[in-house]
Amino acid sequence: MAKSENLTEYKKRIHNALDNEFLRAAMDKFAVAYRTGRANVFSGMDVDSMIQMVAQIKSNALKHVDELYEEFKLNAEKCGIHVHLANTAQDANQIIAKIAQDNNCKTIIKSKSMTAEEIHLNPFLENLNMEVTETDLGEWIVQLRKEGPSHMVMPAIHLSRFQVADLFSDVTGREQTSEIERLVKVAREELREKFIKADMGITGANYAIAKTGTLGIITNEGNARLVTTLPRVHVALVGIDKLLPSIADALSINEILPKNATGQNITSYVTWITGPSECTITPDKKRKMHIVFLDNGRKNMASDPVFSEVLHCVRCGACANVCPVYRMVGGHQLGYVYIGAIGLITTYFFHGRENAKNLVQNCTNCGACKTVCAAGINLPKLIKDVYTKIIDEDGHPIKSLMLGKVLKSRKLFHRLLRAASIAQKAVTGGTSYLRHLPMIFSKDHNFRVLPAISSKPFRDRWEKIRSSTKSPTIKVGLFSGCVQDFVYPEQLEAGLKAMTKDNISIEFPMDQTCCGLPALMMGEKDAAKDVAIQNINAFKSSDFDYIVTLCASCASHLKNTIPGLVENISEQQAVAFAGKIISFSEFMNKVVGLDKINTTETIKKIAWHSPCHLCRGLGVKEEPINLIEKSGHKYIKTEEEETCCGFGGSFSINFPLVSKEILNKKLEDVEQSGAQILVTECPGCVMQLKGGALKQNKTFDVLHLSELISDKK
Amino acid sequence: MKKIDIKEEFVEKASLVSAIVHEVKSIDEAFSKTIDICKAKKPREDLVSLGTMDPLFDKIVAAPGLDDSSFSLFDNLGKKSKISLVNKGLRCFPGGIDIGFTLCDYGIAQTGTLVLNSDSEDMRLATMLCEIHVAMLHVSRLRETANAMSEELTKLTAQPSSYTAFITGASRTADIERVLAIGVHGPLELHIMLMEG
Repeated sequence: MAKSENLTEYKKRIHNALDNEFLRAAMDKFAVAYRTGRANVFSGMDVDSMIQMVAQIKSNALKHVDELYEEFKLNAEKCGIHVHLANTAQDANQIIAKIAQDNNCKTIIKSKSMTAEEIHLNPFLENLNMEVTETDLGEWIVQLRKEGPSHMVMPAIHLSRFQVADLFSDVTGREQTSEIERLVKVAREELREKFIKADMGITGANYAIAKTGTLGIITNEGNARLVTTLPRVHVALVGIDKLLPSIADALSINEILPKNATGQNITSYVTWITGPSECTITPDKKRKMHIVFLDNGRKNMASDPVFSEVLHCVRCGACANVCPVYRMVGGHQLGYVYIGAIGLITTYFFHGRENAKNLVQNCTNCGACKTVCAAGINLPKLIKDVYTKIIDEDGHPIKSLMLGKVLKSRKLFHRLLRAASIAQKAVTGGTSYLRHLPMIFSKDHNFRVLPAISSKPFRDRWEKIRSSTKSPTIKVGLFSGCVQDFVYPEQLEAGLKAMTKDNISIEFPMDQTCCGLPALMMGEKDAAKDVAIQNINAFKSSDFDYIVTLCASCASHLKNTIPGLVENISEQQAVAFAGKIISFSEFMNKVVGLDKINTTETIKKIAWHSPCHLCRGLGVKEEPINLIEKSGHKYIKTEEEETCCGFGGSFSINFPLVSKEILNKKLEDVEQSGAQILVTECPGCVMQLKGGALKQNKTFDVLHLSELISDKK
Repeated sequence: MKKIDIKEEFVEKASLVSAIVHEVKSIDEAFSKTIDICKAKKPREDLVSLGTMDPLFDKIVAAPGLDDSSFSLFDNLGKKSKISLVNKGLRCFPGGIDIGFTLCDYGIAQTGTLVLNSDSEDMRLATMLCEIHVAMLHVSRLRETANAMSEELTKLTAQPSSYTAFITGASRTADIERVLAIGVHGPLELHIMLMEG
């Protein structure tokens, strides 16, 4: 488990994980298997509606959390159950310890509870000389190793059978083979003794049903059933966010939770306990039952307009399963107690700024987590919101402040880019690449070739290349984004060529500036708002039907984020502006028409890299492939087509070695496909993929989609 | 969903999680099949030594929740095969029992799930300490989905001391290298005796 550490120490831990071959192979296998398993189990189902349903149920429950608690308490107390409300982790630990002491409980068995991990319950009880044994196999393994879980559902996923065999040999004092079936038997035998001797059983709960005072617990092993049957005392520790009005609500969530967690239709056991259940060893033949509801900041979150969504989480762990960073570094490096995207957010709230400040930066903003989240939580946005909160409290780093200041003034920003274009000559040697990295980069950044800033940005070429249309019926504004304007103007030129048609007029408003995404990624929300308004104003005067951009990241930011960002400032204008934003490939399909594209004579095999902000950000998936196929080339589907390339803007600056490994995975996948050209629709992705392919002398070229299709004319 | 479809779906979904479904015409047939399963199974692996264990308890079938005449019928069948039948006091068998036989309250077709009122401690222990769980279920108690029976479940769970179990397949884990392994705590096998009516 992570201690309070600085960024350098955190990075060192990450680098160690990157060197752990077993971990890398296990994580990779899991990422691929999960993708297939999830797709199969949801096959033919309307997943989006199921997700919306969960979000609605959770949101509704949170709005009435106090009433639900009172209702639950009333119903449970009627049955003779003791209900407690713990405001803090410390309170919860003390309440549970007191229950143990009052009932003379020395030995305790537990079924898996992330909430108990959250409050560090085991060490608290152990310090009071109580013996605590986890009974979920994975939890028991990590408990014996004195570490935390590395996944919310599969706690020991980072370990090999050999490590488990060694551990079990130590525990049993007998040599154990690494045969998994045998190791499972060892656990069955060793833990049965613990079950029999235990005075108290502690569980969590997935659902707390107010209407009947019932707990719902899901497991595959069935350990929770023994934990709640053999000992004479049962304590359940439950976050107040688990309260739901009725069992029907719980059943709706349970439709999606196991599918999303492990690709199972349902877990082997779902246990509904109203209690206190029969216990033949107590004088009154009833088990003593206590339910400890945990607040620990949840009530404040529930009433927060931004962060209440975090409590919609049903703890399925899917956000880790699809995270490209988790795939490279594993859960101990991507969580404090809670793992994955949700852990990057909740760490701040449950375990404080110190434990969250490094972790929260380890996100490529690829949006894969948001797409699979069982409750549709906007995880990438909330991760950035937490980061902004942290630097607002802790002080903004100089580099972010400078970026924010520079971006606020377009003229200053562009002047600096032009100056850099001249200054870089020392390192370009007249080529279009930086032949060696400037001093500000460490050697870790040397995994890709970085492009030079163009000597003539697109905005300076515009007047010469613009074409006039006599009778336009469609008016288009072109939004370039900084990278294409100043680094890859040729992509825009190619795009312009492809979009040119008699009835389409295209304008390039000169006052447009950076979309603001980089500022937002670095926590500079004010600067992001500022440039958003500048851009809205730049496109306001002309009556455009569409605003086309060839950068998927800009498009997604302008369309999805800006209306919320400039809310209360110029909301209506922002919504109108965002409504006009369209990606290049969508525009080509919808407006220009595929018949405009000429077919090539030299057919090449083309792999497609779907930029995160295109396929997930905008939901555009088919359109680019239509264009590739119409161009006459042969489109080849690759396994990792929709996997992040590892660029993520400031992410690749902060975590270059993780970025490098994500990129390597991508490049290997393309190479294996036999593709001759890798095509994408985002200049950031081009920078990462092309830079990596060049550095590694890959046999395939990397192009922007616009370059592929206008090449034919 | 028609009766025949719901049954087919239940059998298909239960089989997908490796439950073995038998169709029986009467409870007597279910008893006799259970005895056959017990005779064919490997000797029990006792997980804890019981010291004074009665040697007669070679093989044990726990069948809580049966009425007296049914239990006596089952018990007689067992005796012929030197199998001991017990219906209470299952805490005395923490090391394990061979078979737990239970009458289930409902089945859920969509997931091949059994719904078992486990309010009694013996009912819970019979299904957890056994190596094989044999569950008896009437076709008329099949429901399409869990959601479709939420009112029935509300009634079940609204009772004080209620303990209701959804059981789908055997106890399983994939906690070591994500390799599926059966029976980490509970039963290694699940048999379902499905009876018309």
